[in-house]
Amino acid sequence: MPEKRPRYLDLLKIRQPLPAVISILHRISGALLFFPGIPLVLCSLDMALGSSEGYTRIQSFVNNPVAKLGLILALWFFVHHLCAGIRYLGLDLHYGAKLEQARLSSKVVVGAGIVLTLLAGAVIW
Amino acid sequence: MAKRPVRAVTGAHYGLRDWLAQRVTAAVMAIYALMLTGVLLVSPPQDYASFKTLFDNQWMRIASFLFLLSLFWHAWVGMRNILMDYVHAAGIRLTLEILVILSLLSYAIWSVEILWIGEG
Repeated sequence: MPEKRPRYLDLLKIRQPLPAVISILHRISGALLFFPGIPLVLCSLDMALGSSEGYTRIQSFVNNPVAKLGLILALWFFVHHLCAGIRYLGLDLHYGAKLEQARLSSKVVVGAGIVLTLLAGAVIW
Repeated sequence: MAKRPVRAVTGAHYGLRDWLAQRVTAAVMAIYALMLTGVLLVSPPQDYASFKTLFDNQWMRIASFLFLLSLFWHAWVGMRNILMDYVHAAGIRLTLEILVILSLLSYAIWSVEILWIGEG
């Protein structure tokens, strides 16, 4: 029996090009940085500046390996959002708007996001 | 042939302002992030006292506050765009937008308290 043609666009079955993946990751990371990112950052800053007990509590919490992995994941969201954002600023100024350049710069964004996260991870580990 | 009145095609007029705000606030945050990374790499605070001293500097407080205000404004534009794209029921979208605005305003007040008022 011949394969049926898809009758609708299934986003999960379409292989998205890398610039599209970067774009949706920019959105997802942005939403997660808004929540729970912002309240967590403010809460930690409040505790760490408020008293020396609070500072110690944050410090011992971050020393937990699971919390450290979570922090590194959050850092990746931040760094990816930053790098992809810089790419969009370039595109606004018509830098790299051609297809080949756009594909290359999206690879650079993914790579820079991962490398910078690993570097930061090495520093905080 | 009768002439039709010329009608200008316009939008809600916040598009350009928000587009620009998104980019200006992004630049402010990127500069702050670079500065903070530099400060933390050059002299990482060893304990509570040195961490507190870092934020006792009025310039550090002002820079951090500018960063946070940029973050909140940036988050508003971004979250509104996301809600406009994915939440099509006007009532739910409005409710979520109000929740985002109220939370960001509370964060702004909380930031003042953290940076200038909170003492112990």
